[in-house]
Amino acid sequence: MWQWLVRLYHRLGSPKWFYEITSRWIPWLVGLSVVGCAVGLVLGLLYAPADYQQGNSFRIIYIHVPAALLAQSAFMMMAVAGAVFLIWRMKMAAWVARSIAPVGASFCLIALLTGAIWGKPTWGTWWVWDARLTSMLLLLFLYFGVMALQRAIESEDASHRAGAILSLVGLVNIPIIKYSVEWWNTLHQPATLKLTEKPSMHPDMLVPLLIMIVTTYVFFALLVILRTRNEVLWHERKRSWVRDLLES
Amino acid sequence: MHPQRKKRLHLILFLVVGVGIAVGLLAYSLSQNINLFQTPTQIAAGEVPVGQTIRAGGLVVAGSVERDSDGLGVTFKVTDGAAEVSIFYDGILPDLFREGQGIVALGKLDDKRVLQASEVLAKHDENYMPPEVQDALEQAHKDGKQAMTEKAY
Repeated sequence: MWQWLVRLYHRLGSPKWFYEITSRWIPWLVGLSVVGCAVGLVLGLLYAPADYQQGNSFRIIYIHVPAALLAQSAFMMMAVAGAVFLIWRMKMAAWVARSIAPVGASFCLIALLTGAIWGKPTWGTWWVWDARLTSMLLLLFLYFGVMALQRAIESEDASHRAGAILSLVGLVNIPIIKYSVEWWNTLHQPATLKLTEKPSMHPDMLVPLLIMIVTTYVFFALLVILRTRNEVLWHERKRSWVRDLLES
Repeated sequence: MHPQRKKRLHLILFLVVGVGIAVGLLAYSLSQNINLFQTPTQIAAGEVPVGQTIRAGGLVVAGSVERDSDGLGVTFKVTDGAAEVSIFYDGILPDLFREGQGIVALGKLDDKRVLQASEVLAKHDENYMPPEVQDALEQAHKDGKQAMTEKAY
């Protein structure tokens, strides 16, 4: 198993191998995203029962929670890719980190916007400066900072290094977002989905949410792979295998 | 592992752990300022100055909501289980406002230590369920109580 992982890791470092293997994955990822999104949204919006307190307005959870989870996971993946680049100087890792940043930032923005739309009818306000909302806004700004640094410096290597360091520093914000609702008094409620306990949600509402979460991760993988393929083609444009590919 | 890579790995771990500790200490020292609202216990203990804008949070005490006969004014009490604070608010309450609900009110304490609120926000909890399940839970709760009192006799 370990041997296999090490081999996979070395292979992933090869842009050509990555480009070829992902060509085969893309149709599956597209199919899963479309089917998962359709099933999840139909179940969530049409078949899940209304909430006892919030009525139908709770249904925005099917966008809000997957987007917020993904925005945090994407930041962690970006930081890991950045660390791999810093330690092993693997170019592919830098390209992956650069591909993740705008996608993660988009999901972070979606989470913030859907949260505001949800907050107005339930809390009575679009925005409060409580710990959860503020730390999530900080995550968006960290994404912007990483995106800027990844392109800021003339030398591409130095640019990637700067972006990787900021994403590693920004990593400290992730546990703050997660535990903000427990450490401090906030308007935002504590987590519904917990790793160690049963989710405090009716199964009819929970199943569509889980489908939407998995689908969002699949969709994210698709977007990042497509963007990384573009990076591969651009950086390897002078290599013979890309030329052959473009000519055929 | 190549010694230079090992060095870089250690440097990165040092960076992440160092920043983590620094931010952790910062958050710990600021924890009172990061709290969105003060609890009724803190207000009753006199930790909150009169005449300064604060946020007070707690559960609306059942039976404490009194609406003015004219206008939108409403007076109610919030509790955290240990202490209570009276709140007056003249405005439209959020839909989720009801007895037993968690709320956060922004306003100033007046001389009678009543919070004159300019904004009332409703909290909701992390539980999601259909209304029928909630009804069934309440019914079961009532039945259980009844069974217990019957047993006592």
